[in-house]
Amino acid sequence: MIEVTGLTRRFGTITAVDRLSFSVAPGRVTGFLGPNGAGKSTTMRMILGLDRPTEGIATISGVPYAELEHPFRTVGALLEERSVHPGRTAYDHLLFLAQAQRLPRRRVEEVLGLVGLGDVAGRRAKGLSLGMGQRLGIAAAMLGDPEVLLLDEPVNGLDPEGVLWIRNLMKELAGEGRTVFVSSHLMNEMAVTARHLVVIGRGRLLADCPTSELLARGSEGSVRVVSPDAARLAGILRSEGATVGTAAPEPPDTTDLGARDTTGALSVTGLGCAQIGRLAAAASIELHALHPRRLSLEDAFMELTADSGDLTTLPRHDDDRMTDRSCRA
Amino acid sequence: MNLQLVETSEQWDDRRIGFGQVMLAEWTKIRSVRSTTWSLVAFVVASVALSAGLCALIVANWSAAQGGGEPARVLADPTDFILGNGTALGQLAVCVLGVILITSEYSTGTIRASLLAVPGRASLLLAKAFVFATILLVLAEVVAFASFLVGSAVLHSRAPVSLNDPGVTRAVIGAGLYLAVLGPFSLAIGAIVRHTAGAILVVVGLVFGSVVLDHLVSGGWEAYLVAALPQQAGSLIYQAHPHPGQLLSAWQGFGIFCGWTVVLLAVAAALLGRLDP
Ligand SMILES: Nc1ncnc2c1ncn2[C@@H]1O[C@H](COP(=O)(O)OP(=O)(O)OP(=O)(O)O)[C@@H](O)[C@H]1O
Ligand SMILES: [Mg+2]
Repeated sequence: MIEVTGLTRRFGTITAVDRLSFSVAPGRVTGFLGPNGAGKSTTMRMILGLDRPTEGIATISGVPYAELEHPFRTVGALLEERSVHPGRTAYDHLLFLAQAQRLPRRRVEEVLGLVGLGDVAGRRAKGLSLGMGQRLGIAAAMLGDPEVLLLDEPVNGLDPEGVLWIRNLMKELAGEGRTVFVSSHLMNEMAVTARHLVVIGRGRLLADCPTSELLARGSEGSVRVVSPDAARLAGILRSEGATVGTAAPEPPDTTDLGARDTTGALSVTGLGCAQIGRLAAAASIELHALHPRRLSLEDAFMELTADSGDLTTLPRHDDDRMTDRSCRA
Repeated sequence: MNLQLVETSEQWDDRRIGFGQVMLAEWTKIRSVRSTTWSLVAFVVASVALSAGLCALIVANWSAAQGGGEPARVLADPTDFILGNGTALGQLAVCVLGVILITSEYSTGTIRASLLAVPGRASLLLAKAFVFATILLVLAEVVAFASFLVGSAVLHSRAPVSLNDPGVTRAVIGAGLYLAVLGPFSLAIGAIVRHTAGAILVVVGLVFGSVVLDHLVSGGWEAYLVAALPQQAGSLIYQAHPHPGQLLSAWQGFGIFCGWTVVLLAVAAALLGRLDP
């Protein structure tokens, strides 16, 4: 259980975290979302006692981090920045942490095996790849078999297999009744891992709700239709009660040539792919694309953070968009 | 993936985490970085080699240099000649190592991992200082005794000196003590400044700059001020005989040097507690 009450952090004139209050319950993965610079890492560092709050308090299992009797057995953390000396081996890095926490040496080997670094235990950190470094950080977080896990962007630098691995690890840990609090900038990554979301923008709390609720806000989807006979098709669809508009051009980085072509592209709401396809076939109208565009979690997120100002211009990631590309005529 | 623990955490030691655990961790940190270990080995070898080498050199050139200042100086205080050179080199090594021990934690980010494991920030710094000082004490005493034994054997025909002569044993032990305290002294400055280059500049300036000042100042209250500077005060402990006009006794000087170190460590601990890593 993590509890944050009125947490505020100012850096000079910047208010990085602004009167933030929320709690993270055990037994589920809670996602911590926010655009770059929203204050996620700062919040996590304050929970861990690494940053001093300007105001407010953060507690883990009821006490501030600094007052925990066995910190690593209560909470394990993966920080955003690397925190390993490049000249120290993975084993020795974990060993000194274990020693400082009165944890048995055997546990070091155990967590190294757990994250799949058993073979490179004796390698110095400068010789570890980005993903291996990330795994070492996760090993450190797991060292004390903690009740609470705080992971700041854990999928950073991991390959698809690693991403899947961390996803399952988090779910499994939450399934054991632990508190898992994970920040990410991959919105749709959160859609598949987190059951609950805490969303912040410019340091302020924007949402604290189940993931399904946030997804529901974006469930009112549209269908993108491309046809050389768009005007006629639009008339037919309108007569069936649909709302038809001109589809916005796709972002220029898209690799799909059909999608880039905006001539004859329609955005249809109120009818599904199947109904539109059937109506077009009945009228012998040629279709070049039929593409359902359910609002993704990212879209819902963008909508949610739109008011929080200039920080919402997030770069869109191709892997994020894949989910609403999956069904295409 | 196997999440099953080989043992359950219930079997773990539930006793409170004490200073001993933190010191053990600091020991592991020091010994596990190769450059630190090699620097310590180099410090021992180079210090002894320099002391012995310079003794051999002065003996070899004794007759040629006779009548000049150097042999006279060696004759007047052979201990100072034997210990002075090695310690001068050794103190540079210790200053740099002491600084890097903590500034590298900042530059590599290890400080964040360290502070998560040891949320009591003062105890992290104190454990580091204590472990480093202990290692240095052992190594620097080895250096001091080895330098003296080799050096006095080499000088024997020209300027005989033994541990039984007045003040000599204290001076030899003192050379080790001085370097052992210089470690945490530099560490504290490293912890205050937090940047390697800046901190080395401050330490070297404080330690070596005072030698220059000593030559500039003669008498008056300024002389007392210079005498109380860390290196001026601390170095008295490895001089067998007081200099003419020396304002402090060997142990007074060493006490002042320890005082400097304690104050700097306290400032560093306070800053570590107040500032974010
Ligand atoms: N030490 C610092 N000094 C000054 N400003 C800081 C400091 N640390 C963070 N900030 C500012 O605080 C704000 C929040 O930063 P933070 O790193 O917490 O964001 P974040 O949500 O983790 O972003 P990202 O998704 O990019 O990791 C930013 O505007 C950042 O510039
Ligand atoms: Mg961040």
